[in-house]
Amino acid sequence: MAFDKLELNEIEVWDGNHAAAQALRQAQVDVVSAYPITPSTAVVEGYAKFKADNLVEGEVVMVESEHAAMSGCIGAAAAGGRVATATASQGLALMAETLYQASGMRLPIVLNLVNRALAAPLNVNCDHSDMYMVRDSGWIQFDAFNAQEAYDLNLIAFKVGEDHDVRLPVVVNQDGFLTSHTAQGLHPLSDDDAYNFVGEYKPMNDMLDFEHPVSHGIQTEEDWHFEHKARQHADTMNIVPAKIDEAFAEFERISGRKYNHIEKYDMDDAEVCVVCMGTSVETAREVAKEMREKGIKAGVIGIRVFRPFPFADISEALKDLKAVAVLDRSAPGGAAGALFNEIAGSLINTDTKVLLSGYIYGLGGRDLTKKHLVDLYTELQANADAGKLLTQQQQFIGVRGPKLAFL
Amino acid sequence: MSEIKKIKNLKEFSTSADRFEGAHLLCPGCAHSIIVREVLNATNDDLVLAASTGCLEVCTAVYPYTSWDASWIHIGFENGSTAVSGAEAMYKALKTKGRLKQPDRNPKFVAFGGDGSSYDIGFQWISGCMERNHNMMYIVLDNEVYANTGGQRSSSTPIGASATTTPAGSVSYGEKRNKKDMVAIMASHNIPYSAQVAPNKWKDMVKKIQHGMNVEGAVFINAVSPCTTEWKFDPKDTMHLADLSTDSLVFPLYEIIDGHELNITYRPKNIVPVEEYLAAQGRFKHLFKDEYKYLIKEWQTRVDANWAYLQRREEARV
Repeated sequence: MAFDKLELNEIEVWDGNHAAAQALRQAQVDVVSAYPITPSTAVVEGYAKFKADNLVEGEVVMVESEHAAMSGCIGAAAAGGRVATATASQGLALMAETLYQASGMRLPIVLNLVNRALAAPLNVNCDHSDMYMVRDSGWIQFDAFNAQEAYDLNLIAFKVGEDHDVRLPVVVNQDGFLTSHTAQGLHPLSDDDAYNFVGEYKPMNDMLDFEHPVSHGIQTEEDWHFEHKARQHADTMNIVPAKIDEAFAEFERISGRKYNHIEKYDMDDAEVCVVCMGTSVETAREVAKEMREKGIKAGVIGIRVFRPFPFADISEALKDLKAVAVLDRSAPGGAAGALFNEIAGSLINTDTKVLLSGYIYGLGGRDLTKKHLVDLYTELQANADAGKLLTQQQQFIGVRGPKLAFL
Repeated sequence: MSEIKKIKNLKEFSTSADRFEGAHLLCPGCAHSIIVREVLNATNDDLVLAASTGCLEVCTAVYPYTSWDASWIHIGFENGSTAVSGAEAMYKALKTKGRLKQPDRNPKFVAFGGDGSSYDIGFQWISGCMERNHNMMYIVLDNEVYANTGGQRSSSTPIGASATTTPAGSVSYGEKRNKKDMVAIMASHNIPYSAQVAPNKWKDMVKKIQHGMNVEGAVFINAVSPCTTEWKFDPKDTMHLADLSTDSLVFPLYEIIDGHELNITYRPKNIVPVEEYLAAQGRFKHLFKDEYKYLIKEWQTRVDANWAYLQRREEARV
């Protein structure tokens, strides 16, 4: 029984979860192995309904835990086909072991990570602690700031991850509820255009090729483990960025939508700037525009490709600025924010005089308001005018109680 | 369904096309390799194999070598079952989509795990695979201990065995709890086939493996695997220990069809006292001290009761 295609409208009203599910449908994923968890459940439910309605031909395996979900994805990917899943927060934490196994085994799998706070205290709302938890797991990580991007980046993720020179799994992040449950107007590709962009899956070392048996997931100790890990990092640093560029360029040709490793807003003559991820990027852009009207030369940088981290793009974009705030939506646990550290790492050993400060915000779904950002830009301008940090390097914003500042 | 391989005798069986190479790092006298060869030699069909972390895995796939001349995957300690279920799902998907490279084949999906990765850490994963009824076989290489890491107790370790985490000592006789009945638990998922096998009873083994490979759906097999290192017996005595395990009825051989129809598949002509089985192994040595001899009697009572239970179930056809 052949599956049915969908005639999509030029503009569809989808939330981020449904946008991701539609992208998986159009990519004609062969196996989805998944387990439900708020707020990513609707990705899986949406895909399961497509299966029930004969809109996809692949297998949907509803397993008994997130660890099993990724384990099933790994087995399916090693067998030789297109594989995807979705999770969030605690589910990702349970899955964490297998994330390292998937990347170490060089298996392309697309994981929709709908960002949600990690317990305790238990919380279902957005922050980026789950994204940060697996930042060193060897996965490529994209970040969507809205539902359109969640859709687009899913298609791009298959294209990049499945490239035979890459063969790495890809996380597509979107903010829990803020993106995943917020319906917006989207411009989807047609089913044919989307599938043609992603392309037919080309197996490599597939377990279902019985003429060429392969052992997957072998043991290496001190004699070879380091070389394997080094090779993986070298490929991630040397090969992946150009492959992402190629995919972004091709996607722009068919969609008109241009993606970059970092997304710059009003940065050409900016003196102060906010660097952040997720839905906060759009809020910051709106506030930056308003700050311009007040005479503050404000810009915004959103991190589109979190792994491999775009160090050179960042240092180039920030080197001539006067003051930069890095926003981290995760409890730093006795350190600077994870994104702050990456930005600082991008600027060290350069001649830049830019003043860097870090802000911890929005934990557990706490709103980042425009007022927070107005105050923040004002503080940045004061730092710029003084030529030095007038605050401590790390501040918490939007939290009750006396002002919290450190470092 | 594929044609069932005809096997005439042990010589032919043991020398048939071998997809598990003799070059591996398992201990001399380890029953794992014997069981694996028996399973693999039972079919000529293509295989998609998995091993959970454990003795079998660390001894057969150390880069840049592999002992497996068949598709093989290892992910982690708990998820060999799910690895194969994912591969089986991919097979179904590619079959539906007409994208199999060799569409005329009838691959069998088989996962191996030790009792640690099966009775303990991978229990939920196996349960999930059985409940979803993937067309796959899960085989426990049951040596009743975490052998790969040096002899820690698992929930398969029987009462009175001395393990490194439940050692016998001046005030302890070792493991205090009875072994988990995995075959019964897995059969309760109402899977089409589950069975207990032993490497010494190779005809029984082949029959069960072939039956299991030819039913549609999930199959669970528990294979007793005498461990020379942790059971503490001479490596040359592996098959003797396997004989003692089946003939004392400590490991009775039976099968359960569709989760309810139990058939005993081996009735020893001369039932060996459990004491002989225990006496052959260093891990039970302390039970022969005067203060613990009551445990040997309890062992016999427990084994007798289990044998009576299996016979009642067989007779009642429930």
